[in-house]
Amino acid sequence: MNKKGLSTPYVIWMAIFVVAPLILVVVYAFTSKSGGFTFENFSGMLQYAGIFSNSFLLAIIATAICLAIGYPLSYFLAKESATIRKVAMIFIMLPMWMNFLLRTYAWMSILEDTGLFNRLLALLGLPTLHIINTNAAVVIGMVYNFLPFMILPIFSVIEKIDRSVIEAAQDLGANSVMVFKRVIFPLSLPGVLSGITMVFIPAVSTFVISKLLGGGMTWLLGDLIENQFLGNVYNPHLGSAISLVMMIIVMICMAVMNRFGEGEEGAVVL
Amino acid sequence: MKKHIMFLLVFAMILPFALAGCGGSSNVVNVYNWGEYIDESIFDEFEEETGIHVNYSTFETNEALYSTLKSGGSSYDVIIPSDYMISRMIQEDMLEPLDFSNIPNAAKIDLSQFNIKPEVLSYDPDGTYSVPYSWGSVGIIYNTTKVTGPVDSWSVLFDEANKGQVLMFNNSRDAIGLALKYLGYSLNTTDESQIKEATDLLIQQKEAGIVQAYVMDQIFEKMISGESAIGPYYAGDAITMISENPDLAFCSPKEGTNLFLDAMCIPKGAENKDNAEAFINFMCKPEIMVRNADVTGYCVPSIEAYNLLDDDLKNSTIAYPPADRIANMEIFTNLPEDTLALYDSEWSRLTAAKAG
Repeated sequence: MNKKGLSTPYVIWMAIFVVAPLILVVVYAFTSKSGGFTFENFSGMLQYAGIFSNSFLLAIIATAICLAIGYPLSYFLAKESATIRKVAMIFIMLPMWMNFLLRTYAWMSILEDTGLFNRLLALLGLPTLHIINTNAAVVIGMVYNFLPFMILPIFSVIEKIDRSVIEAAQDLGANSVMVFKRVIFPLSLPGVLSGITMVFIPAVSTFVISKLLGGGMTWLLGDLIENQFLGNVYNPHLGSAISLVMMIIVMICMAVMNRFGEGEEGAVVL
Repeated sequence: MKKHIMFLLVFAMILPFALAGCGGSSNVVNVYNWGEYIDESIFDEFEEETGIHVNYSTFETNEALYSTLKSGGSSYDVIIPSDYMISRMIQEDMLEPLDFSNIPNAAKIDLSQFNIKPEVLSYDPDGTYSVPYSWGSVGIIYNTTKVTGPVDSWSVLFDEANKGQVLMFNNSRDAIGLALKYLGYSLNTTDESQIKEATDLLIQQKEAGIVQAYVMDQIFEKMISGESAIGPYYAGDAITMISENPDLAFCSPKEGTNLFLDAMCIPKGAENKDNAEAFINFMCKPEIMVRNADVTGYCVPSIEAYNLLDDDLKNSTIAYPPADRIANMEIFTNLPEDTLALYDSEWSRLTAAKAG
């Protein structure tokens, strides 16, 4: 009883801030403005198919880039000495100590046509690049903001791999490619899966990044949902329905991914 | 009338709890206002004068204010919405009638002295629910080194010469509204074909590559740094931008524009109505109005306060446009439900259009 009692505050917290809002979302999604039960919020959603596909596409690209950068970095970092690892971790975490909005605002002035990056290119005599207010800028913003969420779980899993397992593989005649393919990668899969989840979910639902770096030129799901709550129309019912559909699609994606990892040491993502 | 931003959802969730924490003491007034829209040092003076403590919190859009009040669970005593939102709240019985015997200073307020027509006050026809706090207008801010020729009309926002350099409002009411005005229609039209025509104009503008980005307060950074050449925005903020970058200038377009007015109201069920009225009365003092105007850059609603302003602000034609321009201005009225839905679907059409 006493030990279980310690978790009570968190259970209450969860009930108020996770379960109750979720129930509200479901209730709103299935009711109309006048209060009756309806499927209308869902049937009209097809017109937003473009926004759905665009959001998922950009989030998938950003997640793939994070993985491509994050995995090798974590892999090689895990082999370094304790001091180097500590210093590297501080540099990876450092940007996260600053406000998310500020960081994204800073990227806006870096990527602009008259921004830092293009001024640097011009200084070197190179042609300038138009990045701001395009999907490329949105992906850059996602990668920058969410990369630590990819690196940290992968790094912490690889770091804990027992050296003797690798030595055993080497003793049995496996070369370094084989060791990576057959031992290290499968063992690091739980980290990869949670990294993918932790990058993909915020990326697919962001609206700050698309607003600041995408210049409002293409809408993501986050923009669409925000507009239902705080735009001129104020339609929380449609907003909730879109959120609900998004949550379900994300959950399906995660379940499918979990399947992938299941053979290998039972990765737990959700 | 400013700033459409982000973290609102979080705010909306946390605020009621933050306020609940302060609810214990009886001598308080809970004020809910736009962000960066008041000189916060006046709260201490108010407390010294009346013994009433001010709990102050801010919102970012009229719709955020509306959803906070609608969702319940919060108790504010004074709110400062804009014109069209006040009329919506009156229609939905969300406001308390004011007892003007407690607000004698409200008599000092007279917008007609700024050439503002009485029709403008139609959001609260009898003036029973609201006391004007501040007003201003929307116009065109532009960079004189990038835009050649005289700027006098909304047409510059649609001119191929400014390709890739034009900022637009990132909210349907303001963006479609200015297109309506450019086409010679009313901001508050409910005629479907007019609203569609205005949206078509915006879609053309986007597809032709004239629009650089759809922004709200990012316009500050983009205009001040010289990233963008031209964009529509609120006059008070234009003054701030011009003080940061002297190449910038402002024009109130000849076709007319949106005049906005924010006013102090008391929401239904306010717990401290007397304190709220005392606060509103305090805010109507000319010297307090002037201090708020110095911070916000927006216009005061009383000639007595106007006369106390610094010469810079007093003679600013940006803040206080000439009478012939004011004559063409309109306020937003609360649109009927189906027109709002049309705005939403038209706005989706615009967001789906490919940028050129």
